Amino acid sequence: MISHRSITKTILLSTIVFLSLFFGNIVNAQDGKALFSQNCAACHAIDKKLTGPALLGVQDRWPDQKKLYSWIKNNQAFLKTGDPYANNLYNEFNKTAMNLFPNLTDPEIGAILKYIKEWKPAVAPAAASGAPAPEGDSTLLFGILTLILAIIAFTLMQVNSNLRKLSDDKEGILAPEPVPFWRNKAYIAFVTVILFLVGGYYTTKGAIGLGRNKTYQPEQPIYFSHKVHSGVNQVSCLYCHGGAQDSKHASIPSMNVCMNCHAAINEYKGPKFYTEEGEEVNGTAQIQKLYEYAGFTAGKPWDPSKAKPIEWVKIHNLPDHVYFNHSQHIKAGKVQCQTCHGEITNMDEVKQFADLSMGWCINCHRETKVQFKENGFYSIYEKYHEDLKNGKIDSTKGITVEKIGGTECQKCHY
Amino acid sequence: MEQKKYWQSFGELNNSEAYQQSAKDEFGEELPFEADDKGFLESKTPRRDFLKYVGFSTAAAAIAASCETPVKKAIPFVNKPEDIVPGVANYYATTYIQDGDVISVLAKVRDGRPIKIEGNELSPITAGGTSARVQASVLDLYDTARLRFPTIDTKEVTFEAIDKAVAEAIAGKPVVLLSNTITSPSSKEVIDQFLAKYPGSKHVVYDAVSYSGILLANEASYGKKVIPSYRFNNARLIVSLGADFLGTWLSPVEFAKQYSKGKKINEQKPDMSKHIHFESVASLTGSNADERYLHRPSQTGAIALALLNSISGKAAYLDDPKLLANVAKTSTQLLANKGQAIVVSGSNDVNVQIIVNAINDALQSNGNTIDWSSTYNTRQGIDSEFSKLVDDMNAGNVAALCIVGANPAYTWYDADKFKAGLKKVKASVSFNAKNDETTQLCKYVIPDHHYLESWGDAEVKPGYISFLQPTIAPLFKTRQWQDSLLKWSAANTEYVSFLKKYWGNKIGGENGWNKALQDGVINPATSNPSSATLNNAAIASATTAILAAKKAGKIELVLYEKVSVGVNGASNPWLQELPDPVTRATWDNYVIVSPAMAKTLLDIDLTNNGQADAYEVQPPKKVVKVTVNGKSVSLPALIIPGTENNTIGIAIGYGRTKEIGKSADEAGKNVFGFASLSGDTVSYAVADATVELTDELYKVALTQTHGTYNTAQGNRTEIMKELTLADFKAEPNEILDDREKELAPYGGIANYEKNGTIYPYFDKPGIKWGMSVDLNTCTGCAACVVACHAENNVSVVGKPEVLRYHDMHWLRIDRYYTGDIENPKVVFQPLMCQHCDNAPCENVCPVAATNHSSEGLNQMTYNRCIGTRYCANNCPYKVRRFNWADYTGADSFPDNQTDIVNDVVLNMNDDLTRMVLNPDVTVRARGVIEKCSFCVQRLQEGKLKAKKESRPLKSGENNEWDVKVACQQACPTDAIVFGNVNDKHSAITMARIDNSLRTFYSLEQLHVMPNVNYLAKVRNLDTQEKDEWLKDDKKEDKKVAEPAAAAEKK
Repeated sequence: MISHRSITKTILLSTIVFLSLFFGNIVNAQDGKALFSQNCAACHAIDKKLTGPALLGVQDRWPDQKKLYSWIKNNQAFLKTGDPYANNLYNEFNKTAMNLFPNLTDPEIGAILKYIKEWKPAVAPAAASGAPAPEGDSTLLFGILTLILAIIAFTLMQVNSNLRKLSDDKEGILAPEPVPFWRNKAYIAFVTVILFLVGGYYTTKGAIGLGRNKTYQPEQPIYFSHKVHSGVNQVSCLYCHGGAQDSKHASIPSMNVCMNCHAAINEYKGPKFYTEEGEEVNGTAQIQKLYEYAGFTAGKPWDPSKAKPIEWVKIHNLPDHVYFNHSQHIKAGKVQCQTCHGEITNMDEVKQFADLSMGWCINCHRETKVQFKENGFYSIYEKYHEDLKNGKIDSTKGITVEKIGGTECQKCHY
Repeated sequence: MEQKKYWQSFGELNNSEAYQQSAKDEFGEELPFEADDKGFLESKTPRRDFLKYVGFSTAAAAIAASCETPVKKAIPFVNKPEDIVPGVANYYATTYIQDGDVISVLAKVRDGRPIKIEGNELSPITAGGTSARVQASVLDLYDTARLRFPTIDTKEVTFEAIDKAVAEAIAGKPVVLLSNTITSPSSKEVIDQFLAKYPGSKHVVYDAVSYSGILLANEASYGKKVIPSYRFNNARLIVSLGADFLGTWLSPVEFAKQYSKGKKINEQKPDMSKHIHFESVASLTGSNADERYLHRPSQTGAIALALLNSISGKAAYLDDPKLLANVAKTSTQLLANKGQAIVVSGSNDVNVQIIVNAINDALQSNGNTIDWSSTYNTRQGIDSEFSKLVDDMNAGNVAALCIVGANPAYTWYDADKFKAGLKKVKASVSFNAKNDETTQLCKYVIPDHHYLESWGDAEVKPGYISFLQPTIAPLFKTRQWQDSLLKWSAANTEYVSFLKKYWGNKIGGENGWNKALQDGVINPATSNPSSATLNNAAIASATTAILAAKKAGKIELVLYEKVSVGVNGASNPWLQELPDPVTRATWDNYVIVSPAMAKTLLDIDLTNNGQADAYEVQPPKKVVKVTVNGKSVSLPALIIPGTENNTIGIAIGYGRTKEIGKSADEAGKNVFGFASLSGDTVSYAVADATVELTDELYKVALTQTHGTYNTAQGNRTEIMKELTLADFKAEPNEILDDREKELAPYGGIANYEKNGTIYPYFDKPGIKWGMSVDLNTCTGCAACVVACHAENNVSVVGKPEVLRYHDMHWLRIDRYYTGDIENPKVVFQPLMCQHCDNAPCENVCPVAATNHSSEGLNQMTYNRCIGTRYCANNCPYKVRRFNWADYTGADSFPDNQTDIVNDVVLNMNDDLTRMVLNPDVTVRARGVIEKCSFCVQRLQEGKLKAKKESRPLKSGENNEWDVKVACQQACPTDAIVFGNVNDKHSAITMARIDNSLRTFYSLEQLHVMPNVNYLAKVRNLDTQEKDEWLKDDKKEDKKVAEPAAAAEKK
């Protein structure tokens, strides 16, 4: 019985270890991917040229990895060092400035590069060769392997107990009535624990995800392309969403703001753009839709009293018990719109970029520095100013939002 | 400091068993589990049901969770007005006008909805002060009982139709316009035009609560039928003969402000004004008095006369020698303060007021404390004129009657006669906003706008103009009465252009007009008080009349106005639920009786523990039947110390119907009928009333005994500190020394925070919020309580819930008695969350839903709270409130609380009513604790404003404020100071430094480290009280002190 129990224990332990490694790996792999899509994907693809070069093999192309890292962090500064490779690249892409990423840490860049290096094009699953299967398939493989191993272990245990029974019989030791495995308490307990762990994991994960709508991209009454407006035509975000610097609401622009320009611009002449489903969008027709709402006839002065409001679908929804103020972040915190809304300049139809979860808010509050020296409000934090001067507070970390109470409950919930 | 005995309830005074029991329980009832003796399965909620519900809710949650996220729409403006930014509040200056109160205010408008009223600091009259009624008035805008369209014979019609019908009905006939006092100069011109159009017409002014007595007396004494301005701030000695000038009389907000100036104490040179009050039934003002003398209402005239006689050196006579001695004492002090004294009387008797005029003249008050250069336009009604109109109506001499604001069918003492007369009027038009008692009898009804929807102006005193402008488009098909009158006088103009034209040249054209609307007020140059010459002729006849007054009966009755409800507040749930400052009762009116009468009439001896508890702990109160001149009203009796032994008091303003609002329905009884017309004025005192005990009982929702705290570590009596001025002068350091002595084991006050605890000390870099409440200037008027309601979406819970101790007030005003049970001294203490730096509530929360911020706030996170109520249980101040039901419709299932809360509360869930909610504050759902947050939404807003402007927060230095909390802003006496304690120049820091000798913290010995401090009340008495109460209370205090010491040792 002793050995029996210890085998069960070993199997249980190894399964847990195995499972934890299994999930742990996925999380790590996703890091690089997430960072890539957050920071790079707007301008780079791995296998084709977009605004920037294709990134496949980027590490092989750069002679010095250190140079590559500093280029990624601050390409403008790096250009000034006169590095020939960098300057050639810059000229090749019509001197389009790359965004600066001062906040990316070396390990993070490492993760991105690792992701690029390990990236494999999605191929048809026909490949029967010994090439490593894509990520999804390996899960299946591991699953099957685990199952096979479990069956082997189970069979061996059965064999073991049968053998012991035989030897006991032989030696004349009276054995208790054998218990079939489906009534064996050890097995039942083992299966229950496994079910509980797996079920609990998915339930918790599902519960946390409730009400979160990352990548929510509803269809809007007018196909309004942010890419065309803020990307191609470089309209400032605040021109339309002026509330972002004055109010808690960034606010959707009122129709008179649209008509400021579109009273004159009645035709779309820019590059073609497509819906998510790949259909081409007729820009001029969309402007006509606006005119219908506005009750506007080209060539005549616009009479707002004839207009009817456009019912846009709200994308970013916060629960009622959360207080969020745009102007706090834009005006006082000097945070860029893109930090939370993603590369709006490259989105035709806007989708929710961040999951808007509390963890996401808190993480940012922990890492983001406030305008501690620049903003006169913080002059009252005399102790912090002193600690910064005499090095008690790490000046590279600086005074984060958390440090001035930005993660306390009643900063957002009241 | 050795403690005086303070008591909030009779049980506390006697320290009875039931009181001790109630102090142990947080809520006065069993937990809401249905339990009986039948065993678990047969009980109302058996295990099977439980499992059913668990199963169903799990399934429902799973289904709900798998549903699609609801699609929300965002609909922007079509053409956004330039000055509106969604999410940013705009403030519009306007004017609150109701029942003779005219107060300049600012309306806070969020996204098109007025949600809060603030005082207008540019008005020199109220200087930013408000009252509970002003604060509550924004809720009236969203009252579901408002009339929504014009009607003829209760059928809806268009404006065109009703204009045509009325024009036909009144064509060529003389019209009587019956209104409340109208202070608007432009409206008066509108009325003049209208009356001129219909020859023979006239305007009759009628006020529900009459000031005819003082108006007519001034006509007799000074030849002017006006009320002068009183300047209580110039008075060193204030003597009031029953005038509730801090609560309801004439201009309470203005007077409270003036009064507080005299009560502010400079610790270096301690000195303050003195207030002596004569009254029959405990009032708010009487409770604030330094000395209060009780008398029978019928003695008012005699007291005034005795006072006049003893001031002028003649022999004074009163049938009560004790009272005479008090009058003599008062007159000595009055004479010593000649030119700095003021005597006011709340009596509506012309003769009494003539005598008071003579007293003031003898004291040289005119030109010093009484200013004849500016007189009130707010009370102009003369009762005899209205009485004559009622006679005319009954005689069939009135063809057409237009009613603006007045509601005599409810407020006139002989309402039946008025109603009968109204029936004889062929064309009756009501402009009242609600289907009130008078409007129900009118043929044509054109409801008026709420003041927040109206244009207008008001001239409180000559030259002091306050403007009204709409803050929201009219919610219903209503129209300003001025527009109707203009239409019917064939003036082809709207009232708004009429108003603009009226002021156009007077205030400097378009620019002047815009400036006036922006400021809300136009003020004349300040002037010194001017005097008036007294005509002595009237005194003799007044004296004769007073002496000839018929003898009063055994029991006398006083009709009084409540601070909260007043005449027209019954339909406002906030005012109904506001505990009366003196009686602490909500939702009803009642008969106030004295403890002595309780013994004889109700058979309740308050010194007998059993009887006092039976009275106090049980909500049902004995009902008495009051009969006056054959009219009877049965009301529950409340025993209120500070009431004259043979006098009872009943509040007006109750006994309405649900026509004017759900909250008015079944609340109290109408007692206007007990008033009588004596001479030219209505008398609110009844000299002979019969009171009988019935065997009925009636539940009264009292909040007095709620949330009592009494443990070995401390109890409510230690929450309060108070001194007499003589004490303070003799021993200014007494409070400070006592605190030092008490905290000496921990190294004194300075080291107490760090040494008094095993918890670590936390830094408060940046801002640390703190509040200081001056109990010397706090009058207990409760404006702050309603302001808190409006600002923080505090729920109305309804009478049945208040009865179960479920009231929700974040800020309550505790009333403490001390001394003689027949005429005790009263102290009011506003008590809100003290935001303890070492808060006992925080330690016991199992889910950390309440915790501390680095700015010193005790934070409450509703979305984290699971409702264990451990925190409420552990709070020594009992300021945490639990949401027993979904009072404000926070969850997504409409009306799912139908069986749990009453109609009034359900009505607060109405879409219209919910428009008053502050969008910056979470509407709390059922099952969570809530409490004062120090208006954290305002703090955040103020900090953000400073950050955007890149400068430190302004918190009262040079009177510049980024942040004022709602209670502070509402306070008419500036008793509450709030701000950043870490700022060395902030108002709060200065308040604590300047008043360091009076500063104390409630229950400081518990080491909860509150962030709210109080400034001890100093009562202006010459006697050093200390010796007196030391004798009585030494034993008692020892008892309390011993277990406390034992607990500390542990």
